[in-house]
Amino acid sequence: MIVIKHLVKQFGSLRAVDDVSLTVGRGKVTVIIGPSGSGKSTVLRCINHLETPTSGEIWVDGIHLTHDAKNINAVRAEVGMVFQQFNLFPHLTVLENVTLAQRVVRKRSEAEAREIAMQQLTRVGIPEKANAYPSQLSGGQQQRVAIARALAMNPKIMLFDEPTSALDPEMIKEVLDVMLELARSGMTMVVVTHEMGFARNAADEIVFMDRGRIVEQNTPEEFFTNPREERARAFLNQILR
Amino acid sequence: MSLTTGPQQSAAIPLDPTADRSAQGRFVDRMSQWPWWLLIIVFFGVLIVWNAMTSELYSAIFSRLLLGIGVTIFTTLVAYSLAIIIGLIAGLGRVSQNPIIFNIATLYVQVIRGVPILVQLLVIAFVIVPIVIDGINLLGSALAPILGGDNFLTRTKPQDVPFLTRSIIALAIAYGGFQAETFRAGIQSISKGQMEAARSLGMSYLQAMRYIILPQAIRRVLPPLGNDFIAMLKDSSLVSVLGVRDITQEARLYASASFRFLETYTSLAFLYLTMTIVLSLGVKWLENRLNSEGRAQG
Repeated sequence: MIVIKHLVKQFGSLRAVDDVSLTVGRGKVTVIIGPSGSGKSTVLRCINHLETPTSGEIWVDGIHLTHDAKNINAVRAEVGMVFQQFNLFPHLTVLENVTLAQRVVRKRSEAEAREIAMQQLTRVGIPEKANAYPSQLSGGQQQRVAIARALAMNPKIMLFDEPTSALDPEMIKEVLDVMLELARSGMTMVVVTHEMGFARNAADEIVFMDRGRIVEQNTPEEFFTNPREERARAFLNQILR
Repeated sequence: MSLTTGPQQSAAIPLDPTADRSAQGRFVDRMSQWPWWLLIIVFFGVLIVWNAMTSELYSAIFSRLLLGIGVTIFTTLVAYSLAIIIGLIAGLGRVSQNPIIFNIATLYVQVIRGVPILVQLLVIAFVIVPIVIDGINLLGSALAPILGGDNFLTRTKPQDVPFLTRSIIALAIAYGGFQAETFRAGIQSISKGQMEAARSLGMSYLQAMRYIILPQAIRRVLPPLGNDFIAMLKDSSLVSVLGVRDITQEARLYASASFRFLETYTSLAFLYLTMTIVLSLGVKWLENRLNSEGRAQG
């Protein structure tokens, strides 16, 4: 579904991603973990071309990602993304947030977009907030709207960039529950997170990154009980304590 | 150490500074909150209006000035509307990733901001417009085989463009440069995540601008745009140097014929002041409304 070959991303003198190759199969959940600054988010943002790779190649659902704008929009329409800061549109209601791209990009009718939006809002558990503005919602509710907004486009792949890192602790679970349900429904997902519980429960594969490189790639059972690499073991000791 | 005596001294003062005030003190407090400046203006306004109704001289001045009020308002409204369109396009150019568009927009803004508006007015009226007309004439001659030697393009003369039109074009181009920067600042004040979220949903750059960035940016720049409108009203007086008969030109003509400089120019100033104060109260109201909505919507 996603094939990444020798991806490099350079920011000035900093090599944020250094020769990363990764394959994500259809319906698989890949969780990328690692210390901050290890290039996890940058890999994710290269997949839908929010960052332009310095070198390397990416295929998404058979489409070769090049600099061509049409190509990029074609990939983006198939790839939903959820951000750490939610990035809901503050001047639009929840319903408008979820319907806008459906109408503008997918060219759906108002009624159809609304119906799909309500389905997705029901799926994430907040249909009653359809007419509220984002600022009237809690962080957890906002993030669930952001997930519904991405799902309403019927993406084949969902990318999550630290979706719970900006949330108060008591709101993390409601977002993780939605993501867990999504993983079980067979969605192809790439998740950057520090939530080890989610990684253990939902992931088909764990990718551990450090300093722009993939250090270890493993099943969650193996990775969490018996990591191969010394660096991964040190990281787990830090984070699990 | 003199620094350490501060808190000790202030400890002797009661915590609530109003608790111990006399009724007289509270009255003075309240008086100092009044908008005295507005009262003074209203006082002189009443004086001038009363003069205008009772004194023959002032009523003559006002009926003369009001001949130009239509031109002043028309110039301001049309030039401002054009400036908004020019400013929005140039502002979008200023945030463009395309180096050609960015440089054209920046060149325009820098030139406009570096030349006094009065000079721009003269250049556009007496240099640019004739050059453009020459160009149209040349185009007419070039198209002579199709349109005939004597067509509407070759017939156009500089005199066909009235000075009112030239003034409006000049003011619009001048203010467009300032509004471009206002729009640019507004667009750049919207967080990068908004554009990323829109693009990640598959919207094109222009769709994201239209549906996501501009609606938020324009809301933010409404108060400065309102202030620009007030400034435009004042700067419309510059058109009088081209002989366009706005209220300033009428005042100049009347004063130089009657030698009543004091009465005429005071009335002229009062007329501008009335309009700008009403408008600035409107901008203030708009600002308050946006602020309270902003709180509701975050």
